[in-house]
Amino acid sequence: MSSSEATSGSGPPEEIRAVPVRRPGRWIAAAIVVVIAAALIRSVVTNPRFEWSVVGNYLFDQRILEGLVVTIELTVIAMAIGVVLGVLLAVMRVSSNPLVSRASWLYIWFFRGTPVLVQLLFWYNIAALYPKLALGIPFGPAFVHPDVNTLITAFKAAVLGLGLNEGAYMAEIVRAGMISVDEGQTHAAQSLGMTRVQTMRRIVLPQAMRVIIPPTGNETISMLKTTSLASVITVSELLYSAEEIYAVNYKTIQLLIVASVWYIACTSVLYVGQHYLERYYGRGATREVQARQGLRFGFFSFPHGGQ
Amino acid sequence: MVSAEAVHKRFGRQEVLKGISLRVAPGEVMCLLGPSGSGKSTFLRCINHLEKIQAGRLFVDGALVGYRQVGEKLHELHEREVTHKRAEIGMVFQHFNLFPHMTALGNVTCAPMCVKKVGREQARERGAELLARVGLADKLDAYPAQLSGGQQQRVAIARALAMEPKLMLFDEPTSALDPELVGEVLAVMKQLAGEGMTMIVVTHEIGFAREVADTVVFMDGGVVVESGPPAEVLSNPRNERTRAFLSKVL
Repeated sequence: MSSSEATSGSGPPEEIRAVPVRRPGRWIAAAIVVVIAAALIRSVVTNPRFEWSVVGNYLFDQRILEGLVVTIELTVIAMAIGVVLGVLLAVMRVSSNPLVSRASWLYIWFFRGTPVLVQLLFWYNIAALYPKLALGIPFGPAFVHPDVNTLITAFKAAVLGLGLNEGAYMAEIVRAGMISVDEGQTHAAQSLGMTRVQTMRRIVLPQAMRVIIPPTGNETISMLKTTSLASVITVSELLYSAEEIYAVNYKTIQLLIVASVWYIACTSVLYVGQHYLERYYGRGATREVQARQGLRFGFFSFPHGGQ
Repeated sequence: MVSAEAVHKRFGRQEVLKGISLRVAPGEVMCLLGPSGSGKSTFLRCINHLEKIQAGRLFVDGALVGYRQVGEKLHELHEREVTHKRAEIGMVFQHFNLFPHMTALGNVTCAPMCVKKVGREQARERGAELLARVGLADKLDAYPAQLSGGQQQRVAIARALAMEPKLMLFDEPTSALDPELVGEVLAVMKQLAGEGMTMIVVTHEIGFAREVADTVVFMDGGVVVESGPPAEVLSNPRNERTRAFLSKVL
């Protein structure tokens, strides 16, 4: 009978000291990794053709740093356009107006369906299609008509191409976030007399953020590297600056390494940022669980006078 | 307060409500009983126009729900008018549906502030008052995830009351709760009924219906099978289906 009784032992329990299982496979795998890594490092360090001194010389070159600034500018502006456009498109996508929803679908379909490089080239050459731009009443008189060739610089074409393309991807991310919010939230908000706009702004979107933030960080990292495509349309960003230099001195590999070092440095910074953002949003969830467990624990242990 | 005349509701081909007619007087507490799938919850959602009805007439406080009658024709109400009407009807859900990103007080003050444009201080004062009324004066700053199911549902009731509704709808308010937490929610509802609130309650709590309801309505298959004072319907059901249902729940 006493065997089925649940008792809590008195005093600290004796700790288990057991001989661990031997795992030779782990040691072999580790040895292989170390050997390969050592061989790689040795070849990179000792191969004189890497010319690491050249890499060092150009790492803080004025032109490279200027290119880096352009790359960061492009990333920030294109992502800003992408996020704003993404929210707008996602809200349009779930609109009850079929035409609005279709328009958003069509946009996403088109911009995800064509390569971003093609889009960049397209915007760069837009003046061939529309030499003059007119701002005014549709089908009516125009107030200003700037020359497109001077209006759309290479930089602006890159911002347009990258931003409009990003909007399509962000729209899907935002939409996924909105879908992840339980329908009951909308019902509750509506039953309280909130309009659809109020429900979206105050109830659905704030909760969707937790799902939206991590992939947005991912998109930002991706965008930082995608800006290198703008070198094709002569935007003097990081890669283009490197290309300009090696076109003169033929130190191609070294300057590509210089550019890569800066790309890795920037993505590392973004990694850290994303890590903290994710932890911030994840912490909300785990803390809630912990708090709830704590509460439950306190609740159940109360009758026994514990805690 | 509520008057339904032959209300029909379809989801696609499936007919969920097949002509519901009933009346709820001001200050009355009506309990809707019946097996799951009998259309009780759907009927509740029709009353605040979360669902559109396909035929019949539904009136709340003398006004048509979701439409305006001009001569012989019905005109759909604008979203603004629908939400305005909805704000006068409180609703409590089976799964509470509290806003998880807001504290208890935030949940209660949210709608008064953004729908009724009540000032922040005033809303918070009134919200604290309401939370105290449901026995949660010490939980103002707790997030829903930090509250037990019973506490969450009481916050949900306070949230609905914050809009000063003239009618309260309860959709199985205790069905998702641990048995030991049911009592605290029913106590709050009992108190509310005692204060003269008009209430329609979809529930499986026969004891609550017996004690608090003025009228008990038994629904099955989208129709009202039997209705009357609880003493009659619950103790002495005339209909075979009511009897069969009650013998299973009691």
